Amino acid sequence: MASTASAALSAALAPHYTVCLPAPDDFAFWRERARALIQCGVPPERVSWAEPGATGDLFAMQGESDEGNLPDAPDDAPDDAPDDAPDDAPDAAAPVRASKRFITLARNAALHSDPQRFGLLYRMLWRLQSNPRAMEDKADPDIRRIEELSKSVRRDSHKMHAFVRFREVIGEGASESDERPHYAAWFEPDHHIVRANAGFFMRRFANMDWSILTPRGCIHWDGAVMRESGPAERSDAPQGDPVEELWKSYYASTFNPARLKVGAMLSEMPKKYWKNLPEAELIPDLIAGAQSREAGMVAAGEREERERPATLAAIAAGISRCRDCAIADCGTRAVMGEGAPGAALMIVGEQPGDHEDIEGRPFIGPAGQLLGEYLQRARIDRRAAYVTNAVKHFKFVQKGKRRIHQSPAAKEIDTCRWWLEAERAAIGPRVVLALGASAARGILGKTVSISQARGAPIPLDDGSQLWVTVHPSYLLRLDGAAREEQAARFADDLAAVSAAVSAGVKAAARAAGMEPAE
Amino acid sequence: MAQQTLKQKLEILADAAKYDASCASSGTAKKNSLGGKGVGSTEGMGICHAYAPDGRCISLLKVLLTNHCIFDCHYCINRKSSNVRRARFTPQEIADLTLNFYRRNYIEGLFLSSGIIKSSNHTMEQMVECARILREDHDFRGYIHLKTIPEADPELIHQAGLFADRISINVELPTTKGLTRLAPDKDEGQIEGALAGTKAQIIQAKDERKRFRHAPRFAPAGQSTQMIVGADDANDTDIVSKASRLYGNFGLRRVYYSAFSPIPDASAVLPLKRPPLMREHRLYQSDWLMRFYGYAPGEVAQATGADGNLPLDIDPKLAWALKFRGAFPVDVNRAAKEQLLRVPGLGTTAVGRILAARRHRTLRLDDVARLTQSIAKVRPFLVALDWRPTNLTDRADLRALLAPRQEQLELF
Repeated sequence: MASTASAALSAALAPHYTVCLPAPDDFAFWRERARALIQCGVPPERVSWAEPGATGDLFAMQGESDEGNLPDAPDDAPDDAPDDAPDDAPDAAAPVRASKRFITLARNAALHSDPQRFGLLYRMLWRLQSNPRAMEDKADPDIRRIEELSKSVRRDSHKMHAFVRFREVIGEGASESDERPHYAAWFEPDHHIVRANAGFFMRRFANMDWSILTPRGCIHWDGAVMRESGPAERSDAPQGDPVEELWKSYYASTFNPARLKVGAMLSEMPKKYWKNLPEAELIPDLIAGAQSREAGMVAAGEREERERPATLAAIAAGISRCRDCAIADCGTRAVMGEGAPGAALMIVGEQPGDHEDIEGRPFIGPAGQLLGEYLQRARIDRRAAYVTNAVKHFKFVQKGKRRIHQSPAAKEIDTCRWWLEAERAAIGPRVVLALGASAARGILGKTVSISQARGAPIPLDDGSQLWVTVHPSYLLRLDGAAREEQAARFADDLAAVSAAVSAGVKAAARAAGMEPAE
Repeated sequence: MAQQTLKQKLEILADAAKYDASCASSGTAKKNSLGGKGVGSTEGMGICHAYAPDGRCISLLKVLLTNHCIFDCHYCINRKSSNVRRARFTPQEIADLTLNFYRRNYIEGLFLSSGIIKSSNHTMEQMVECARILREDHDFRGYIHLKTIPEADPELIHQAGLFADRISINVELPTTKGLTRLAPDKDEGQIEGALAGTKAQIIQAKDERKRFRHAPRFAPAGQSTQMIVGADDANDTDIVSKASRLYGNFGLRRVYYSAFSPIPDASAVLPLKRPPLMREHRLYQSDWLMRFYGYAPGEVAQATGADGNLPLDIDPKLAWALKFRGAFPVDVNRAAKEQLLRVPGLGTTAVGRILAARRHRTLRLDDVARLTQSIAKVRPFLVALDWRPTNLTDRADLRALLAPRQEQLELF
């Protein structure tokens, strides 16, 4: 390049230039001056760039610089044409070229607060004239530095998009023109990014009146025109907004204490931003309380880790000590199931009642006696079956001298299910009869509708089958025709169970007959 | 019971919604509020407006319409048999809350999910109504993510997609067995049917946009799903193969993993322990390997140990490389992009930089160091102009050299 050569010739004599930028983020001005300087062949070491308020670099102090006076640049250097567009200017100056990648990076890097940035960009632009593809070499230190600058500016912009918090301005001056509320925010950027990001906030909040106040200048939007003003102070911004209370409670509620990861939060939301985020004041307390909240939840569900008792005696001992749900704390006794070990049929009720709790045996109250009658009619031998309850303790409310039965909650059935499963494993029945919805939930782990589930066997995981019918106490509460109808259906269900048990016993006997006896 | 205040409802319903992992607000159609009546813009990149101390970003107002539910899924805090406090928002309340938060730049938009009340259709109608209020009454142009209910009428899901940027349906558990055990009211066939239906509608809407400029957009940010990790006994191989099947069959943008974490008043069926966060992290890494690094699901499965789970102490890419050392070292100056992407410690950015830089110079180890995060990690798998790992690649204790060091705790 001819201009480069002539600059080299007069290197010793060449003057030093200082360019004063009108604003620290004025990329367009830098671009215009840099273009002119390159066209005049001024090498990077002979240019310094000064932004307002700064003293420029060391060379500017030496007094031999031409403050702001550019060399005789071509008069009509293309001001608006992009650098990589062909230059149609009639003069002899060679067009200055730069890759798109450089322009994108430089536009961002120019906003950085590093005072060396314009010099660095000029040096790179200078190098690009002799090697147009220099930007592709990612291992080059200059390019690495430009990329770093650009990256930190992009990050700062991104954090501005994220962490600006508007507050509604209430009171004087806000509602002079119309009903539209005004919103104002205070933000402290690291770099000169405010003006560059005005467009983002304008596009997002186009129909809102807002101001963003920063120590590097402010922007104001009134729905039609963007205005700029000088630096502001924190005290200029409004304090507090009623919606912030809602936001803070949302922030606290959406946090999951079992997943505490403070490092991950800090890397994305460093402490320097906290002072301007209303929700950040909650963080220390949330962190402090997290571990105990998690430990509490884990302790509440810890039982599953224990080993399941294998014998009926161990289960009986276990349930009398069990305090896993609130029912167990009522001062009642745990009622264990009873019947033949190895029984073919297991009958499951809901929970012990008043009589059962006093006697300590299942199904001996009015409902138990009714069940006994129906079992006899269906030719089921109660003594050959195993009879138990889905919940082992009596749940009641005291009314005067009487203890009134209360249905167990689903959670209580699920808690007691652990014991019921242990009983079922110890007995190994081929048929299980569940009386009522609680018993069915105790076996299945989910609530089923009795009317839909009754009358047909439900296969269980271990190959046995479950029959579901109503609880006999239901019959006790009915009168007249309704009772007769339900009683008939109950008898039908028991008859079907009886058939299933004897079929199962026969099948088992056949299987045992084919196998040689142990 | 006394009337709940808005704040109390928000506390209950945000607490109930936090187990949904997704908070993405990216990748949707670009829009802004210029020329409109309301607020809102989406410009491609998602913005995380805050981070909770669990390290998760808060990008959307993530709430439930209600936490009343007729379903009884054991892993869920809102199941019918749970004793949590219940609350219910009206669609208008959620819309107002969203706008108030959005105007103060707290959020990118709304992520609305719900427990199922009355019927699936009734619930879905309420959610769609909420999105309609935002879009039509307030001309809201921010991001909306609606969780749809698989049992709901397809017409309602169609409307949801017209208002929302993204819609999603949770598959919940990786295996059918787990689903029947832990979510007895849900049906795998129905869930997958709904995913397939949404995929078809997304494809159709894209096609219509090509032909007619004003055809409505349907869920421009696509659909996603979520799987719970650690609630059932499925191993990582099961999960990864399920995820790859979901990506393949239903054109999902993302499969989210949610480590099962203790919940208050948990079901007695599930073990409550610390959530398997590291396992969740390794699964996300394997997800990245499949989506950005050209690994087949089978290759991720090759990285798992004898129990079918990915190792927790090292990342899946390193685990694969240690198993298949024959593929290494690769020459940074000659190897194809696909080979470089398999080098543990080289990300997609670093590979891009290497490919660009090696057109200009033959790379030395120092050059590679400038382009990557940690040279010590990649060194055993690379050949550069002045570097050859010789025996390093084949050393028996290579894993110990590269795995993060276990720290001996001090006596206290």
